Amino acid sequence: MAQIKLSNLRHSYMPSPKGPEDYALKEIDVTWRDGGAYALLGPSGCGKSTLLNIISGLLTPSEGQILFDGQDVTALPPDQRNIAQVFQFPVIYDTMTVGENLAFPLKNRGVDPATIKRRVDEIAEMLDVTDMLGTRASGLSPDNKQKISMGRGLVRDDVNAVMFDEPLTVIDPHLKWKLRSKLKELHQRVKATMIYVTHDQTEALTFADEVVVMQEGEVVQIGTPVELFERPQHTFVGHFIGSPGMNVLPCEAKGDRAVFEGHEVMLEGPTHGDGGRTDLGIRPEYVGFGDTGIPAHVTKVADIGRHYVVSAMVGNTALKAVTEHSVPEPGSQVFLQFKPEQSRVYRDGWIATEERSQ
Amino acid sequence: MRTENQKAWFFVLPVLALVAFNALVPMMTVVNYSVQETFGNNQFFWEGLGWFEQILRSDRFQAALGRQFLFTFLILLIEVPLGIIVALSMPRKGFWVPVCLVLMALPMLIPWNVVGSMWNIFTLPKIGLMGYFLNDVLGINYDMTQQPLSAWITVITMDVWHWTSLVVLLCYAGLVSIPDAYYQAAKIDGASPWSVFRYIQLPKMKTVLTIAVLLRFMDSFNIYTEPFVLTGGGPGNSTTLLSIDLVKIALGQFDLGPAAAMSLIYFAITLLVSWLFYTLMTKDDAQ
Repeated sequence: MAQIKLSNLRHSYMPSPKGPEDYALKEIDVTWRDGGAYALLGPSGCGKSTLLNIISGLLTPSEGQILFDGQDVTALPPDQRNIAQVFQFPVIYDTMTVGENLAFPLKNRGVDPATIKRRVDEIAEMLDVTDMLGTRASGLSPDNKQKISMGRGLVRDDVNAVMFDEPLTVIDPHLKWKLRSKLKELHQRVKATMIYVTHDQTEALTFADEVVVMQEGEVVQIGTPVELFERPQHTFVGHFIGSPGMNVLPCEAKGDRAVFEGHEVMLEGPTHGDGGRTDLGIRPEYVGFGDTGIPAHVTKVADIGRHYVVSAMVGNTALKAVTEHSVPEPGSQVFLQFKPEQSRVYRDGWIATEERSQ
Repeated sequence: MRTENQKAWFFVLPVLALVAFNALVPMMTVVNYSVQETFGNNQFFWEGLGWFEQILRSDRFQAALGRQFLFTFLILLIEVPLGIIVALSMPRKGFWVPVCLVLMALPMLIPWNVVGSMWNIFTLPKIGLMGYFLNDVLGINYDMTQQPLSAWITVITMDVWHWTSLVVLLCYAGLVSIPDAYYQAAKIDGASPWSVFRYIQLPKMKTVLTIAVLLRFMDSFNIYTEPFVLTGGGPGNSTTLLSIDLVKIALGQFDLGPAAAMSLIYFAITLLVSWLFYTLMTKDDAQ
């Protein structure tokens, strides 16, 4: 178990990268606490798998360092970093039994048979696969195969970190939550640093203590699920997390107010900075209906089970609101009220308002 | 409700007719010959299983069968491991992939009789490049027209040259289908190169290897043209394989009865061994 520190990390798949657009990873500086559960969240192609492979040692970064507990491991091959990785598609050794699969990493390291047996039994018990130990691994269902590949990582007690690369992709939906809670449980038991790569926000938010949101090779925000939801640092985070995502509405910034389609909106605090493109960001959850406020025209109401998603037009700008009751009719005129402490201005995508001190 | 669509017959019938004319009818003719004796004039006498008994008891057949098994055994022993090794050393991506693939396919594109003639000229002592090189440069006494051992080495080398590519290409297809994650996982698990081969590459190549072994067995067990053109079965009878012997009996001596019986025995052995190979190699998957 170890603290993982990435320092000035950059990576390009090209032999001689020129501009920043040639880099799959641009300038990454992150420190991961020992024993934490982290998620790397971002759309496909944002560089999260590249980052994962750099940490596990399958890729060597073009620039920068990886430190495990302060020790530079950048040049070490994967088997000397004591990490475990679970891949998108379950990797199991077909010709071996479940037990032999679990014992394989220990056997390769020359651990004595008694210890191997003890560790395998322990891990099998943890994963609920004790009764399968003697069966051939090739015939297992995908979720059990994925459990075995996880087990091969956990079986070593010197493991620094366990990495998951979208591990639930091939698992049936009804088994996904089961495996996910198993993962959470495992994390509490083995206390290893875990890094979980996914593009699914539900997976990231339920698994991780802290989520690293990435976009185009850059870390946009690191925070707890609540922080990401409540105070997105970038419009991308606001839009990517939440369903539906944050409303991003073109506006003008004026002190602690924003002017949007001619209407003044109170913000959480004063804005800073100058120039650039300014947008008003507010989550649909914090757009309410009232007798006064910004006049809007309701275009569509979608019933998505627990609540309704109302699409409305303010002038020429479309936005969404989420409500549980007091559902307006499509085609009707309503007044929208934006919750001031949840209304923020973003300048060129990045947050530009200060939280008012309590 | 059951609706039967008879249209499928129109697609099957031409194939059935074709198979009947090029396989079933000739085969039944062979069965017919194998149980009769003729002295010409289209007069036939019932012989029963006499020819079969005579063939199976004859030293000549047993010797040819022994040579046939030895030949097939040796070429499988060389071509399968060699094919795996070559496939493993081929690049997985990049500029050299198509180059390697074309080079591998070249020997297989050459017609059998041309391969035979090529190797015949190549290995003739005095005139052939290899014959000259071995005898006059290296001083090795090599003459495949006179020495049985030299003839055997030449026949086997020729087959290895001609057909190892097939094993290589099949194994290569199996190898490239292995996802990168397997190799990455093996790296993380600290697996040795031998373990990677034994637990990842070999199991993934198993299906194609089964096909490769079956094809190479059937082809080599029925081989005729190349050794016939190369050595003509000689020196003496040392490279007279089953098919060469069969053609000698059927067309050389015109003993149609014994030849028919022999070809049926030949066919049965090929079928039996193929079945054995297949059953043994796919046994583990059945569970």
